[in-house]
Amino acid sequence: MRRITIDPITRLEGHGKIEIFLNDDGEVDNVYFQVPELRGFEKFCEGRPVEELPAIVAKICGVCPGCHHMASGKAVDAVFGVEPPPTAKKLRELFYMAHFVHSHTANFYALAAPDFVLGPDAPASKRNILGVIEKVGKEIGTEVIKQRRLAQEIQALLGGHQTFVVMNIPGGVRRGLSVKERDDIVEKAKGFVEFAKFSLNVFQDFVLDNKQYVDIILNGPYSLKLHSMGLVDVNNKVNFYDGKVRVVDTEGKELYKYSPTEYLDYVAEHVEPWTYLKFPYLKKIGWKGFTEGQNSGVYQATPLSRLNAADGMATPLAQKEYERMYSTLGGKPVHATLAMHWARLVELLYSAERCLELARDNDITGKELRAQLGPIPGEGVGIVEAQRGTLTHHYFTDNKGIVIKVNLIVGTTNNHAAISMSIKKAAAGLIKKGVEVTAGTLNMIEMAFRAYDPCFSCATHSLPGEMPMILEIRDAKGELTQRVVRN
Amino acid sequence: MEGSKPKLKLAVYWASACGGCSVSVLDVHEKLFDVIANADFVFWPLALDIKYKDVEEMPDNYIDVTLFNGAVRNSENEHMANLLRKKSKILVAYGSCSHLGGIPGLANFSTKEDIFRRVYEESESTINTEKIRPLSEYKVKEGLLEIPVFYNDVRSLSQTVEVDYFIPGCPPQTERLLEVFGAIVSGAELPPKGSVIGAGTRSQCDECIRKKTENKQIKKFYRPWEISDDGETCFMEQGVICMGPATREGCGYRCIKGNAPCRGCYGPTPGVTDPGTKMMSAIASIIDEKEPEEINRVIDDIVDPAGLFYRFSLPVSLIRRKLS
Repeated sequence: MRRITIDPITRLEGHGKIEIFLNDDGEVDNVYFQVPELRGFEKFCEGRPVEELPAIVAKICGVCPGCHHMASGKAVDAVFGVEPPPTAKKLRELFYMAHFVHSHTANFYALAAPDFVLGPDAPASKRNILGVIEKVGKEIGTEVIKQRRLAQEIQALLGGHQTFVVMNIPGGVRRGLSVKERDDIVEKAKGFVEFAKFSLNVFQDFVLDNKQYVDIILNGPYSLKLHSMGLVDVNNKVNFYDGKVRVVDTEGKELYKYSPTEYLDYVAEHVEPWTYLKFPYLKKIGWKGFTEGQNSGVYQATPLSRLNAADGMATPLAQKEYERMYSTLGGKPVHATLAMHWARLVELLYSAERCLELARDNDITGKELRAQLGPIPGEGVGIVEAQRGTLTHHYFTDNKGIVIKVNLIVGTTNNHAAISMSIKKAAAGLIKKGVEVTAGTLNMIEMAFRAYDPCFSCATHSLPGEMPMILEIRDAKGELTQRVVRN
Repeated sequence: MEGSKPKLKLAVYWASACGGCSVSVLDVHEKLFDVIANADFVFWPLALDIKYKDVEEMPDNYIDVTLFNGAVRNSENEHMANLLRKKSKILVAYGSCSHLGGIPGLANFSTKEDIFRRVYEESESTINTEKIRPLSEYKVKEGLLEIPVFYNDVRSLSQTVEVDYFIPGCPPQTERLLEVFGAIVSGAELPPKGSVIGAGTRSQCDECIRKKTENKQIKKFYRPWEISDDGETCFMEQGVICMGPATREGCGYRCIKGNAPCRGCYGPTPGVTDPGTKMMSAIASIIDEKEPEEINRVIDDIVDPAGLFYRFSLPVSLIRRKLS
């Protein structure tokens, strides 16, 4: 038995670690993806006044705090038994679209593009955002940084604190939008739409027009046949802020469609003794282990699965791109892990269009920002789509709104089992007897989990580089036989 | 550059944290190039391919400045705190978690057992009839798998190792970090060891632009959703508890700009060790009642005072933790 350790792979609620065990023939026997950290928000939110939770839970992740703030804000509304007025709801969604534009832009250009624009085998020193800029041109790099900054400015305006948004209050938002501020957002959002269209063109030119890449996407060791989860609106179109959770099976047929309050009938979590992070699965099917296919309880909650789970996009340009993606990839559903990057760009365009739509909505500058509050029913569930998966917050309080219990199923957590399986599949496909394991191999394995944009990668969004890795191969006695370091 | 002043060797490390501090370091944006011109990052797991092992091989005091963010929650956090102390000339507790214990420090209201039972057994969505718990060492058929030991207590960095400076904030304002960095690079004389740097010396109220009167008189405290905030008047004067009086200035009153009261992430003002005690005296001074039972009635309006006054500082407070 030989063993390969990849540690650390940078943060996911801390750090992540991959252990790859090889059998005596040098082929992959098993892979363990471990999350070595726990903080226990579920416990220490108890006893707090529920209105404090949207700000407290934002600290679960300093990179996507807006998602937790929104799921929490919705759960708190439900605890009070109210719906925010239309203006407040739209302001939240407007904030949230800017959050998506910012995050998806960063992910595509800093994390995904290096592998495709420069190629998975390009020298590591070039395979980063600076290399991308060098190849596509400096003006484009500047444009990326600019658009991301503009999206952040919208978040700061609506959300207060530049990192940890403080927008939500029970039944609404703390701050409205003036006409002048609105006009400014309209201009920014027009730019986002153009930028998203441009990004899809970059993807066309550098990825889809390259037969080798299309082959890697479709035929590489990167396909996983799992059920797909995503939030949809009343027309079964993708929505990030509100709606029902829809799950389609590996063939694309609807399995379930549930309201946030029903989530416990459909999702459960499994515990393993070798990692602090749990493994969610579809409860009605049950936990069948790390297995693929129609009978598996494992599902994915990613940009691609959101598109698989929906009937289309709610905005016109994104809908066209949605259709183009599926017709190119051979119809729905798509199980090619690397197609997540394309799906993310379709979502970028949707977020930009929706941002513009909301900014132009007459309600957006309305003055009614908060609902009238009454007696406190004391239980509420809030679900949004985080960039990295369906995010569920569930709170129980007493009749004064003091928290008794909290349950959380966090974006990346949904994909814990799927990520483990993707890594195993990629490793098994790439590490073969008699084939030397190189830094390129390492990158190809890493591509399997980078596609998920898992939370441990979000912190690397704006960095000129990639995730640091060392790959160590040990023999049965634990002696080091090979060490591959990525520069 | 050869012949010129040697570049500073910098390290950035996170322990039990959310990533927000790392983001604040990155938010130097294009100024990153100024930083790089004057310094080399010798360890930054987020950005560089330098591993724990490489740090172990560095001579003692090899690193000029380490920015350590995150609380000490588990054995790995503690190991790295000790290691980086040994390898660093200047060890900086960067951000609320490292400085005071931070939001993860609220876990000291419960025990490890409470947390594990909630997360792995009682959580509504968890199905774990065999009561499996994560173990620091677990033997699978292929070999032994290890994860760090989860401690009962959350500690700040200075409760673990000796700390030279503290940069407060959740996260610290990036501008303050640049000022501190500029001072170190220029060779300016540094403040005495143990100082809080990158923040002011007054209270948040001195910095805040909300309208205040000298004679605050409160007959009742409200929760934020019980009032209609006018967006202009001091929260305390509207009867909403704001941690401003007990909190050090320096953040640019960013939450208040979003119409949310301060929650104290910059930590206590100079000379104050316990923000709760300071907050209680601030509150006592504005209650407009004379009779003890009336005063108690007003104070009873404050829900979860411990969780509010020690929102970011429970591990370093006088209370420190739940006893059993």
